[in-house]
Amino acid sequence: MENAKKFGMVIDLDKCTGCGACMVACMAENNIPFRADNTDKMLSISWMHVYKLNNRKLFPDYEECYLPRPCQHCEGHGGHSPCVSVCPATATDYDMDTGIVSQIYPRCFGCRYCMAACPYHVRQFNWWDPLWPDGMEKMLNPSVSVRMRGVVEKCSFCIQRYQQAKDRAYMEGRREIAEDEYQTACTQACPAGAIVFGDLNNPEHAVHQLAQPDPARHGHSKNPRAFRLLERLGTNTKIYYLSSREWVRKAGDNYLEGEFKSKAHS
Amino acid sequence: MFPFNFEWIWDAGHIVFHGGLWYALTILGLGITYCIIKAALDAAKGKGSQHH
Amino acid sequence: MDSALIPKGVKRCPAWQFIMWIGANGAVLTWGVFALLLVYFKGLNQTNMNNAYGFALWIWADLAVIALGGGAFFTGFLRYIVGKDELKNIINYAVLIGFICYSSALMILGFDIGQPLRGWFIFWHANVHSMLTEVAFCLTAYFGVLAIEYAPLVFENRMIKKVPFFHNLSHNMHEIMAVFAATGAFLSFFHQGSLGGVPGVLFGRPFGFREGVLVWPWTFFLFTWSAAAAGPCFTILITKITEAVTRKKLVKDNVIDLLAKISGWMLFFYIIAKIGDTLYWANVTAPSKGSTFMDFYTSSSGSAYGLWILFAEIGVCGVLPALILIIPKLRKTQATLWLAVILAVIGLCLNRWVMVLQVLAIPVLTFESWFTYFPSWQEIATTILPVAYGVIMISTSYRYLPIFPQERELNPIDEPAAPPEVAESEPEPTDAGPEPELSPAES
Repeated sequence: MENAKKFGMVIDLDKCTGCGACMVACMAENNIPFRADNTDKMLSISWMHVYKLNNRKLFPDYEECYLPRPCQHCEGHGGHSPCVSVCPATATDYDMDTGIVSQIYPRCFGCRYCMAACPYHVRQFNWWDPLWPDGMEKMLNPSVSVRMRGVVEKCSFCIQRYQQAKDRAYMEGRREIAEDEYQTACTQACPAGAIVFGDLNNPEHAVHQLAQPDPARHGHSKNPRAFRLLERLGTNTKIYYLSSREWVRKAGDNYLEGEFKSKAHS
Repeated sequence: MFPFNFEWIWDAGHIVFHGGLWYALTILGLGITYCIIKAALDAAKGKGSQHH
Repeated sequence: MDSALIPKGVKRCPAWQFIMWIGANGAVLTWGVFALLLVYFKGLNQTNMNNAYGFALWIWADLAVIALGGGAFFTGFLRYIVGKDELKNIINYAVLIGFICYSSALMILGFDIGQPLRGWFIFWHANVHSMLTEVAFCLTAYFGVLAIEYAPLVFENRMIKKVPFFHNLSHNMHEIMAVFAATGAFLSFFHQGSLGGVPGVLFGRPFGFREGVLVWPWTFFLFTWSAAAAGPCFTILITKITEAVTRKKLVKDNVIDLLAKISGWMLFFYIIAKIGDTLYWANVTAPSKGSTFMDFYTSSSGSAYGLWILFAEIGVCGVLPALILIIPKLRKTQATLWLAVILAVIGLCLNRWVMVLQVLAIPVLTFESWFTYFPSWQEIATTILPVAYGVIMISTSYRYLPIFPQERELNPIDEPAAPPEVAESEPEPTDAGPEPELSPAES
């Protein structure tokens, strides 16, 4: 598709401090419901989730690393992402124009097959009706529909911001939007500047320069610091992680004994 | 399910899947219709009541 | 009391005993319905499912009952398409068991979704590339076939049969039953397979994922095959249990023996294919994704997902029953026959459990750990509900419908000793014909 965009993200784990600002910004931007007791993370919803990794060594060799995980917006091969292909009701879609995996809430009937298909646990279920503390409903983002009980939801790359940016550009007689006109909430909230967002197809975008995707190898990064989560499964994700630490890069995928080779040496 | 649903595409997947489905449903529908009509006609002719 | 409805020439328990039995099962059913209403009105938070276990006990129950109900399509296939004529003596019961299994599966699917009122979207907005869509369509259509196959049996009830229309309808449906059975076998092949495709296509889940032919992963064929192999074992098991409960022989040994033999050989070749599939997956598919075989099994003792589960499924509940059923001497011995069909049924259920639950339990991201799950009482109650429903359906059908064509011959009642109420409620002149109503398939 000519001029097709492929929105993606680069997250520099060397910069991430694990502060959680991205999670909070995401909750506020996307009207994510919460409960009085939100401690069970297997029942609560967070489109952006920050994992805490460690190198499984003891002091003084112990190291840890924070890894923010939004939806990976898998392209698979030719748009065949793990979750989109399994949805029986066509309630989720891979947009070839933007590379965004969308979720149509009023279409979803809650079979949860997509949750079973996603190895990243990105897709989460509304086990309860969303209830907001008194008065808080007035602070909901009017551009994002709230979801009902019994449907699956997930990170949308703040697609409402893309629509708004396109509308604005149209009103101003432009066909294209600039890089900074469409940025996700987590990107803007990150105080360390660890998250970079943009069009992976556009060589002028920072995200392209950092990720250096190789079209011949399904977007595999040419950057020796970069890796993608579970790349070997063929999910072809659009979130690239950067780390200068080898154990972090190795933690991104499963390897047989002796199989992992640092790209820096290969 | 039907060509007028907006997500319908005339591709091989839809033709094979719905072709097989509607084929099976047609056989079942015609079969059961035949049985019911024939049973009603036979009953009208008095068949079945002299069974014993 | 209800003797006018009871088939001629057979003995049934007194009405009070029957009512007590139905009442006891009805109590269990009510408990299940209560849990079901809780789930409907309060939502899926009534379960112990979570974001890792989006599929759990219910989906397993679905896959298991559909596989067990596979006895209906395969027996029908053997009877009407292959032409194994003896099976006419068990086909009615196979159809009834299938009908119960499939109606249960549809019911479970009906409450296992977050938005039950949108359930019809799976048909209306069908994504033809989803295995679940294929399951939904074929399952519903095949349930229709089972209803068509079961209906003539209902019309054979003594009172209903008096209505000429129903009598003729039953007769006509029998005449073209082979057409329905063939369509049923076609639909079954695809939905049993699609259920296997459900885990098989998950390329993000290396435990479930399999290569295959065209759009169908190997699990597609393995599921169809195992349902055809072990489904008849379930039919035999339920027949044996019914015989034990009624203290009557209902089906002749040669019929059971034939079905058990076919089932045994099917199981034998299935288990060879399953072992081949496991070896290929463990040595080629999984390592290509960076996982070793032992990554998929926990080594801690007492774990629900230890290696024991693989040995139990393939060895104890696969190879063993297959061998028992293909060795004539063991197959003809009651004790070993019982053992074999029970093991085969457990093996089938274990396979479905592993292919749904273990797929989700295994961490794929290297920094996650195993996920655990135990069903809530609401999930358990709603899963027991179909069992109570099945018992009621079987009891009622057995009491009022001529399900077992050989029952009269195997359990002759002395005419003078016949229950008086049967004789007195007999308004029509008795014809001592060759029991046409007891072998509807041949009438």
